[in-house]
This record gives sequence, structure tokens and C-alpha cells, in this order.
Amino acid sequence: MKYLQLIASRIIENKDFLTELDREIGDADHGINMARGFKAVLEKVNLDDTDTGAVLKKAGMTLLSTVGGASGPLYGTAFMEAGKVIAGKTEISPEDFGAMLGAAIAGIQKRGKAVRGEKTMLDALIPAHEAYTAKLAEGADMIAALDSACSAAREGTEYTKTIIATKGRASYLGERSIGHQDPGATSATIMLEAMRDGMKE
Amino acid sequence: MVGIVIVSHSWKIAEGICDLAREMAQEHHGIIPAGGLDDGSIGTDATRIMNAVLEADSGDGVVILADIGSSIMSAETAIELLADEGHEVNVVVADAPIVEGTVCAAVEAVGNGSLDSVLKCAEESRGANKL
Repeated sequence: MKYLQLIASRIIENKDFLTELDREIGDADHGINMARGFKAVLEKVNLDDTDTGAVLKKAGMTLLSTVGGASGPLYGTAFMEAGKVIAGKTEISPEDFGAMLGAAIAGIQKRGKAVRGEKTMLDALIPAHEAYTAKLAEGADMIAALDSACSAAREGTEYTKTIIATKGRASYLGERSIGHQDPGATSATIMLEAMRDGMKE
Repeated sequence: MVGIVIVSHSWKIAEGICDLAREMAQEHHGIIPAGGLDDGSIGTDATRIMNAVLEADSGDGVVILADIGSSIMSAETAIELLADEGHEVNVVVADAPIVEGTVCAAVEAVGNGSLDSVLKCAEESRGANKL
């Protein structure tokens, strides 16, 4: 599962950047927490296991236990729900990936009781999912669809600079949260880009 | 006896609240802390909470008391993990302050209160005046 490995290394590389973003509007731990969680994923998950669903479930369980902040149950649930979609499968088809992203988003919404427009990871992931599905429907291949998804996630992350946080620690800042991009939307975008770059290799 | 699980970002807080509650409910052996992460860092861990619920349950159900931020999300995740793994535990999260709620819940539980009454006692502590 080279994609998971790439996702983990990108998150670990971006530890300081994510923490810095979180220092502006949160509790300055997003990068630290995510890096700790993905280091544990690299240690505990057997990336050579060919059952992709099982790998994602194990990765999700590991994130639940090791991230520590709200991103733990959110990303943990997302990976576990995505894993359920491809339980027992060894390959991810373009349609599978769309369904996995949709299931991950539904899991995050259930866990965080959040909707789009609240300055969260959903503001990157929902537009990305829409762009991905639309591109596939046009007949594009998975890499082109992932390119669209990544652009939409980037735009969604930029959009979080313009809105007030109403969920999580940043909501204590009210209007002062405007001007800062959401750390969760940023980490979600980094993960999607890692997935895309892994496919292009 | 209804079990009680204390979920805090800090293991010191969780252990300390357990000590406090056990003083008021010495015969209660199902007041279990689930604080921090395995390596001692600040944070909450759904797997740790799940295991604490299993340890706290004697068949009469479990009330979870939680502190701030992700503690509620992790507690809710733990409840889903229990169901996913086929454990039949009647477990609820109290909408209550963690210290006062735990003490009230412990006293009610040790008096053989039901899951409903232990939850109610914990949640009633929310409105208690201190001055």
C-alpha cells in the first residue's frame, strides 16, 4: 500500500507547517498529533498486506489511538469507513476510490456533526469528492479525476480563509479566525495530493 | 453495579477523579480511568476508552464522563467500536461536568442505582451552584 506510505510521509514532512497553522487559530497541536499518528501507522500497519480494506481499517484504528486530538476520531473514522467500502479487495478501481472518499466524508460528518462551510476538513473533502465524481463521469481516468479533486481541495482550503470557524477550537476566535486557512482542510488536501502523486509514479 | 469511565485528555486528571470518586464510593470497583494516550501524551484514545468500558461493566451498563474537545468524539467512537466488535454493553455518555458528575454518579451507582438514575445524577450536577 504505497499510497498510505506516501500519505504518512507527507503528513510527517508537514508536521511543523500544520502545527503553525493550528497555532494561529487553534491549540498548536495538529501537526504534532497527525505526525505522531502517522508514525504509528507506519510502525503498526503491515503495508505489504494485499487486503486493502484490512490495511485501511488497521490504519484507522491506529489513528484513533495515537493522534490524540479531534483529528484522531475524525480521520480514524474516515479511514475505517473507506476501508469498509473495499473490504477484502486488493485493487482500488476509480469508482471504488470515489465511493471510499464518499464514505470517509460521511464518517467525518457523523463523527464531527459538521457540514460544509464551517471551516473544517469537509471544506476541502466535499468539493474534492464532487470534482472527482464529475470528472470520472466525463470519462476521465483516475489520475485526471484525482487532479481535479486536488485542485478542488486546494480551492476549498483557500476558501476556509474567508469564513468564520464554528466547529472545534477555532470557533472560540469567532471573526478573528478569518484570514487563516483551516489546518484540517490543509491536512486533508495534503493526503489527497499524496494519493495522486503516488498514482502518477 | 453501574460502571463509570472517566475520559480525560490527561491521565493525571482521569486517575485523580477516580481516586476522588472512590473515596465516596469505596465498594465500587468499576470506576475506571481512560486518560491520555499510551505514551503518556495529552489526548484521548477511543481504543483505551473501549477497554475501560469493558473493564467497568458488570452487566448493569456504563456511564462515561468526559472532559473537553475530542473526548466526546472519542467516547462516541469507542461505543461504535464496541458494537462493531460484537460487545453488548449498555453504555451512555453523560452531558455533565467531569468532576462533579463523576462523584454524583459514583454515589448513585454504589447505592445500586440503575443506569438511568446514575446518568440523571451525573447530569443534574451540571446546574449545581457552588456559591
